[in-house]
Amino acid sequence: MRDVSIIGIGQTPVSEHWDKSLRHLAADAVLAAVQDAGIGRVDALYVGNMLSGEIAGQEHLGPLIADFCGFRGVEAFKIEAACASGAAAVHVGYVAVAGGLADVVVVVGVEKMTDEAGAVVTGSLALAADGDYEVPHGLSLVAINALLMQRYMYEYGLRHEDFANFAIVAHQNAINNPNARFHSALTLERFSSAPTIAEPIGLMDASPIVDGAAAIVLCPTEQARGFTPSVRILASTVVTDCLSLHDRQSLLRLEAAEYSARKAYRQAGVELKDIDFFEYHDAFTIMAALSLEACGFAEPGKGTLLARDGEIALDGRIPVATMGGLKGRGHPVGATGVYQVVEATQQLRGHCGENQLPQPRLGMTQNIGGSGATVATHILEASE
Amino acid sequence: MGIPQFWRLQRQTYRLVGEMCGRCGSKIFPPRDLCPECSQPAYEPYTFSGRGEVYSHTTVHMPPEGYEENAPYAVALIRLEEGPLVTAQLTDVSPDEVEIGLPVEMVTRKIREFGEDGIIVYGYKFRPVLERVI
Repeated sequence: MRDVSIIGIGQTPVSEHWDKSLRHLAADAVLAAVQDAGIGRVDALYVGNMLSGEIAGQEHLGPLIADFCGFRGVEAFKIEAACASGAAAVHVGYVAVAGGLADVVVVVGVEKMTDEAGAVVTGSLALAADGDYEVPHGLSLVAINALLMQRYMYEYGLRHEDFANFAIVAHQNAINNPNARFHSALTLERFSSAPTIAEPIGLMDASPIVDGAAAIVLCPTEQARGFTPSVRILASTVVTDCLSLHDRQSLLRLEAAEYSARKAYRQAGVELKDIDFFEYHDAFTIMAALSLEACGFAEPGKGTLLARDGEIALDGRIPVATMGGLKGRGHPVGATGVYQVVEATQQLRGHCGENQLPQPRLGMTQNIGGSGATVATHILEASE
Repeated sequence: MGIPQFWRLQRQTYRLVGEMCGRCGSKIFPPRDLCPECSQPAYEPYTFSGRGEVYSHTTVHMPPEGYEENAPYAVALIRLEEGPLVTAQLTDVSPDEVEIGLPVEMVTRKIREFGEDGIIVYGYKFRPVLERVI
């Protein structure tokens, strides 16, 4: 196994890109990352995407995007793992470089969601759930998260307002991210008065439906010395759980997130306390709480206390969503996992402007597919 | 989703037929052919009573395409009295009367239609347990 480093990053603004097709969006991110790395050759291209077939009417993204970016002939294919497609693609890129099969790998996450109307997108996202036993009963992914949140609030005696700070912090951090979907602060009043999508989930608990693409360039760390500032991938793990909520051993414990994080700490040879910031999967505020608990930052049922006490703010004990997270930056599903890695790299390079943390050494990202059935965790380290 | 899918699922969706593990006796729903408790093959059919209680619930206000007709509708995780959780819609109840712990029972209802010429899909929903008249 070879050590792997990130030598280039690129991203498009997260927005409603009606003027760009999926291939153009992907190419914008890929070419930005290739230019950032300053490389001329690519051995393989891996594409993280969930909904291209359903929404853009296009599958077979590997050759499409490789050719469109000028890499005709390279190994290229799509990786699908619902909302965790992006980080799963990063994992495949990591494995290819670590295993010695490729020296220069581009990973791009791309999603175009706004070409279709709400009910179609809602139906497409529901494909992440069980097609025999959840979807036919009219469940959306929001409803599935609502079932989690309802039970969580019941067991731990919480109110809806207790989750507000996850969304407020995300919006605050997004203000200084030029690529974020939202640049407006969120107040508790606006959080509480937002329309309900599926009780207890309101509009401000949920990340927005958007378009976007993000890309990274990977190479062996020993070849990355000339590329400064490079960032090393210390851990890359993917863990799965039962697809549907009703089959889970314990509803309120995201076991895949727990094992994925624990495996990542072991792989990286680091401890929880060494992690300087956490790009978590706040697709819904309940996922933010469950992810913090699964990774060990909070005891079960105590995730919302971190938000309440300001510990997840940029100057808190464990800063999260430092560039806005899924709620503030936006959640272009199959691209999100790559955005997280791009933003963690920005932090470790010291390029986050107003949102820059003071000399972070270790950043962790966690990308969650469906209601927790696929979880991919990465730990990144700043170069010396 | 096509007609063969609903045909394959008919025993589960019309009668709540799952499986029982021949080794440890676990009742399994949805059927999965491998006991989640002891990992042994489990093919023996088991018909659930259809009684249980609401474990968690929500109301869908923004439904996926094809489910708009009945929105808003209540969905729930039901803890069946034999142990497993099942995901289903609630019926014969106002969404604001639903609470965790509510005793419910299975009924067969229309789930959705596929347009004027398409099939009508029936399956299980759960309603609050009716008080006995006699």
